[in-house]
Amino acid sequence: MVLESKIPEGPIGEKWEKHKFNVKLVNPSNKRKYDVIVVGTGLAGASAAASLAELGYNVKAFTFHDSPRRAHSIAAQGGINAAKNYQNDGDSVYRLFYDTVKGGDYRSREANVYRLAQVSVNIIDQCVAQGVPFAREYGGLLANRSFGGAQVSRTFYARGQTGQQLLLGAYSALSRQVAYGKVKLYTRSEMLDLVTVDGQARGIITRNLLTGEIEQHAAHAVVLATGGYGNVFFLSTNAMYCNATAAWRAHKKGAYFANPCFTQIHPTCIPVSGDYQSKLTLMSESLRNDGRVWVPATKETAERLRKGEINVNDIQEADRDYFLERKYPAFGNLVPRDVASRNAKLMCDEGKGVGSTGLAVYLDFADVIKRTSAEAVSQKYGNLFDMYAKITGENPYERPMRIYPAVHYTMGGLWVDYNLQTTVPGLYATGECNFSDHGANRLGASALMQGLADGYFVIPYTIGDYLAQTAPKPVTTEDPAFAEATAAVQARVQQLMSINGNRTPDDFHKKLGHLMWEYCGMSRNAEGLRYAKSEIQQLKKEFWSDLKLAGTETEMNQALEKAGRVADFIELGELMVDDALDRNESCGGHFREEYQTPEGEALRNDDDYAYVAAWEYQGENQPEKLNKEELTFENVKLTQRSYK
Amino acid sequence: MAGSNPNAKPMNLTLKVWRQKNRITDGGIVDYQVKDISPDMSFLEMLDVLNEDLLRKGDEPVAFDHDCREGICGSCNLFINGRAHGPEQGTTTCQLHMRKFSDGDTIVIEPWRATAFPINKDLSVDRSAFDRIIQAGGYVSVNTGGTPDANEIPIPKDVSDRAFEAATCIGCGACVAACKNASAMLFVSAKVSQLALLPQGHVERKTRVENMVAQMDIEGFGACTNIGSCAAECPVGISLENIAILNQEFISAKATSNNLA
Repeated sequence: MVLESKIPEGPIGEKWEKHKFNVKLVNPSNKRKYDVIVVGTGLAGASAAASLAELGYNVKAFTFHDSPRRAHSIAAQGGINAAKNYQNDGDSVYRLFYDTVKGGDYRSREANVYRLAQVSVNIIDQCVAQGVPFAREYGGLLANRSFGGAQVSRTFYARGQTGQQLLLGAYSALSRQVAYGKVKLYTRSEMLDLVTVDGQARGIITRNLLTGEIEQHAAHAVVLATGGYGNVFFLSTNAMYCNATAAWRAHKKGAYFANPCFTQIHPTCIPVSGDYQSKLTLMSESLRNDGRVWVPATKETAERLRKGEINVNDIQEADRDYFLERKYPAFGNLVPRDVASRNAKLMCDEGKGVGSTGLAVYLDFADVIKRTSAEAVSQKYGNLFDMYAKITGENPYERPMRIYPAVHYTMGGLWVDYNLQTTVPGLYATGECNFSDHGANRLGASALMQGLADGYFVIPYTIGDYLAQTAPKPVTTEDPAFAEATAAVQARVQQLMSINGNRTPDDFHKKLGHLMWEYCGMSRNAEGLRYAKSEIQQLKKEFWSDLKLAGTETEMNQALEKAGRVADFIELGELMVDDALDRNESCGGHFREEYQTPEGEALRNDDDYAYVAAWEYQGENQPEKLNKEELTFENVKLTQRSYK
Repeated sequence: MAGSNPNAKPMNLTLKVWRQKNRITDGGIVDYQVKDISPDMSFLEMLDVLNEDLLRKGDEPVAFDHDCREGICGSCNLFINGRAHGPEQGTTTCQLHMRKFSDGDTIVIEPWRATAFPINKDLSVDRSAFDRIIQAGGYVSVNTGGTPDANEIPIPKDVSDRAFEAATCIGCGACVAACKNASAMLFVSAKVSQLALLPQGHVERKTRVENMVAQMDIEGFGACTNIGSCAAECPVGISLENIAILNQEFISAKATSNNLA
């Protein structure tokens, strides 16, 4: 199959406008004849479901949570980018586009990113109209702050709870459509398979998480807005339920998976404290606006600190190494995430890490507290400081925070064309679930932007183009494909329940996470990746022969839910390793130790690897087939990314 | 370990946990022992330890709701030693850490108790009543697109900040669990006052408050008797002031609108 990105012709600034004119429309009175399934109710899903229902389509929205408001978008802290240029500091659609392509280390599709920057301004208007309480200045106008990878202030925020406020906005729009009867909401309902009829997406199979019932749902089109797969690593900043199952099952039904090895390691997370740890907590990137990152200048000082012989506040200025400010004077502490993470790891590898494990660096607020006041700092970051204090038992107003990188976001995802359609006709992927906009590294405050751009302003146009070419006949679950998919799902659930081995789902998940973090995490090399691949294959065998569950499948059974997700993570983990092995270059979050500049920065290979790796499923235990979408850059010049 | 208190010793605890098979069967308290609990663990990580032990022994793990474990999604909902989200003020269950407990403690863990929140299983409850209250009017009726520029309507910072404070409600239901009447007034008032304070919400403020209060009653939540346990136990500090705003909005709507009988 040839990958057709369907990028419209013409200058970059006119592509989206032209495309919106060229797509086919569904006549308003015909829209009610079409059913659309939206899986996931986070920013991308809730905004899509609400917007499609407003247009007149019949929407069925699914979430495995007890309420759409629980989706993990809610945890995003720092903000959302938009090219409003309210600050008069030189921002523009073009600059946001440029920053995002560069920030993604030139592995994203120009046309998609430009569209994202264009609609970013509409998102802010939309959210304010919904009653989202963004931060404001005393004059009553909206406030902005800056984020990594940008030299302008374009980030809109609601204290440290921007994701929550945006999600509640989208949730309110969704709720309104539920009340109107245009959206039927299915909570505690997990998608376990995609149904295709004649090669087209025609429905999904779900499991009711309260009763265990396997249910069939048909529609004219299916939108997956099911988030990212960071939990492959077991420990990540993702919520506990975040998983890849819906996307992975769609992949096995024909949707290509793009750039799976592009994962983002966020530099500022609270370090691991023990083996029992269930997840990691992010400290927003916005903290790097005022916090200064440092380690002791020498190994010896770091060692004495770790042993508790000296106190952090006794270390003199001269004995501290503000390594980001030293190495990247232009961007300082606000270098992009991949650069900040890698440098923190480097410092720890050199023995200068702090905390009893030596796997942490300091994020210090002493200067800003001195310059302004503790109160002013609390106004800006109060809830983050409180959260840090609760988790660590330390007071960040008095001693610097200890931070360490952790898995946070996945840039890879289902391959989609310009219309956000996957390689399965009628199946769309939006938000973190797709691969489209962030290349090999996502800039801060861009995930919220992309989720809402896709849901509010892209999919409502592009899905119409597909539906207009689909007969408005009612769809049913009568096609044998539904019965087949249902039987397969039931068989799999039965299989999981009947292994009767000795190891829990968490046990396998931790083992997988450890392999992924060690060999396919912040830095990778061919030897380690090959080792990880064989270990993962072995783990898969063990999983299917030694898994232990309890209870039954006809009731609420959280261990069973987890087991199904871990099984999919194991398979996806192997594909991530394959992808990392294929990409013999370093770019963004993908750092192959064999490919670095003399200064230790990522060394891209644009001649051979300026492509999107789109993996095609070939059947159980078969190697996947690599398809390439070549990336062409007509507007942004490919350069060695420099933040010096 | 890199935790705050390297000298804190691991703890052994007795847990008294509410177990209930499903919505229709009766439940009861079951005792469990957990050993070597680190003070740096979160409360839910302590339950993870219990559940891993149970599963390894072939017993069913304790079902409970949780997700983000950062105190923002509102999923977790445990009634610990007679208090919603446990002994620490302004904290969700997931952000409660074991350093708040001592070796040898007995901890009683129950689900939210309210008619409007039926128990699904063990510690998991059904809070879809909250969703239906929001569906009754907790929104501004704007469609996607066609909205004015975000800076077209300036909003005084103090008004915007107050709206934000109300908007931070995480929908966990602690207010209902803490209330002797199982009233949902704090939850409903938070949304009503957020939208009543903002100019964008003014157009529909009367119908909104009437419809949301009507739905609250349909769901079977109790009446408010101004005790204030809700605000005292709210993990994100939603203020009792919101209930006053709700009452004012409601009376004013009832006096001036004829939307509802």
